[in-house]
Amino acid sequence: MSGADPAGTNTFVTTGRGPRLLAVQSRGAATVSTISTVVVLAALVAVVLLAPGSAEVRHTFFSPHDMWQSFIGNPAKGYYSVGEAIWLNIRMFLVAEVFILIFALLLALVRQSTSPVLFPFRVLALIYVDFFRGVPVLLIVLAIGFGVPALRLPFVSVQSTAVYGTLALIITYSAYVSEVYRAGLNSVHRSQSAAARSLGLSQFAALRFVILPQAVRNIIPPLLNDFISLQKDTALVGVLGAIEANEAAQIYSSTVFNYSSYTVAALLFLLLTIPLARFTDRLIERDRRRRLAGAAT
Amino acid sequence: MSTGQPGEPGSGAPGSGAPGSGATAIQVEGLRKSFGDVPVLNGIDLTVASHEVVCLIGASGSGKSTLLRCLNLLEPINAGRISIWGQDITAPGVDENLVRRSIGIVFQSYNLFPHMTVLRNITLAPVRAAGVPRAQAEDEARALLDRFGLAGRESEYPDRLSGGQQQRVAIVRALAMKPQVMLLDEVTSALDPELVAEVLDLIRELAAGGMTMLIATHEMGFARDIAQRVCFLEEGLIIEDAPPAELFTAPRDERTQRFLRRIIAAGRL
Repeated sequence: MSGADPAGTNTFVTTGRGPRLLAVQSRGAATVSTISTVVVLAALVAVVLLAPGSAEVRHTFFSPHDMWQSFIGNPAKGYYSVGEAIWLNIRMFLVAEVFILIFALLLALVRQSTSPVLFPFRVLALIYVDFFRGVPVLLIVLAIGFGVPALRLPFVSVQSTAVYGTLALIITYSAYVSEVYRAGLNSVHRSQSAAARSLGLSQFAALRFVILPQAVRNIIPPLLNDFISLQKDTALVGVLGAIEANEAAQIYSSTVFNYSSYTVAALLFLLLTIPLARFTDRLIERDRRRRLAGAAT
Repeated sequence: MSTGQPGEPGSGAPGSGAPGSGATAIQVEGLRKSFGDVPVLNGIDLTVASHEVVCLIGASGSGKSTLLRCLNLLEPINAGRISIWGQDITAPGVDENLVRRSIGIVFQSYNLFPHMTVLRNITLAPVRAAGVPRAQAEDEARALLDRFGLAGRESEYPDRLSGGQQQRVAIVRALAMKPQVMLLDEVTSALDPELVAEVLDLIRELAAGGMTMLIATHEMGFARDIAQRVCFLEEGLIIEDAPPAELFTAPRDERTQRFLRRIIAAGRL
């Protein structure tokens, strides 16, 4: 018996399934996944729709009128626009991100240093990271937001609540991100540093041109993960009274007694985080493929 | 006893700043090195003359690599003295970056920078450590690539090259700093057998050009061909130091004989 046998005497064939050709397989897989998605979604919608309290829930959380009203806001009636407030979240997030990237790198470099002169700084950095990773972000936001103004220092104590909130996020997230950096620095093999130094490059030059570029490449996915969390945690700054999306939604709900404003805030946050999440996935996938290509040669 | 800085390597051709033939390029005296409690080098004495090629042979763990890394100041030493062209490079206050610019080292695993093209790999140190203008560094890098059969590879990334090509790029990268001494640490050990020859040919060309070299190798045939002297190391000591004709055919020390018998039994000589 040699080669393919159209007459069906092929002893390898034990099932009625078609050949495992890629095109056929992926077309079949697409159909199956579409059907399963529809079934699951339909089941979820059915549960919500058929629940005894369905009408109330739909009115309280998904009222189109209230969603629109909270989105555009109406200061005359005592509530702010959630759609406008989300810009504050975006601004806080963007500013915090820049400072976190810089400060976290410094923390990581201090922790990675070996010089005996830097020993006290290493200890301080360790304590810093342990402390701010261990304390809930909300408590830090409250401590900075209410503590610093209470000091009644010139300039420092007279900033807006958004500034204190952003500062608290920078302080906390720098601790997380410094650990991500550290993992990245450790992921670059020591021989790379040896090769750079052996050519006469200073420690700083070796770090800047050889170690850091490779480390950063390795940590982009976890870094973006932390930034997705950061985007959401800008909502915590609302506890200080800053009118960000979550706070605006809360004001609406306590004015009008309808929670649809929270749904609007949630949707707006999703609009921010989902693109970043998909972007992260793409980077991870690209990195995986590049690594496979590298290993193949 | 000179304790000053090593001479500025200068910007001439390799070896141009070096004293003439017969001068002492490398002098190692009583070098001891341990990793924690584990002694690796137990009093190495070694002299390499200018333009001389010396091979280090010995089993894995005998201290060959560590010796080379100590010479490049990549490993701090516990005791002893290393001089390059008569200047103590282990003295306090020596600028290790300056020392390293005059001593090239090439590693078993190439250690090219994977995020940089071949050209950037080669020009990084001349531009960033020696302050050579980029255009000049690139011209020199291209000339070296041409000379060693790597023309047209400038913009490739290392992972697109064969092991032999990567190792040749690594050697070119070290040469781009115009070192006066080259240390080669088992540079063919990670290569597929059919790629070894191209790297060994490059080293032969360097030797023919008068480069002073200290080469740790498992390639006994190559060592016999290229070296003026071969040193056999065991347990961190140089057991025997002789011209290859003598060491490979009539080794005096019983330990050298035992090592060579094993090498012959393994078909490596």
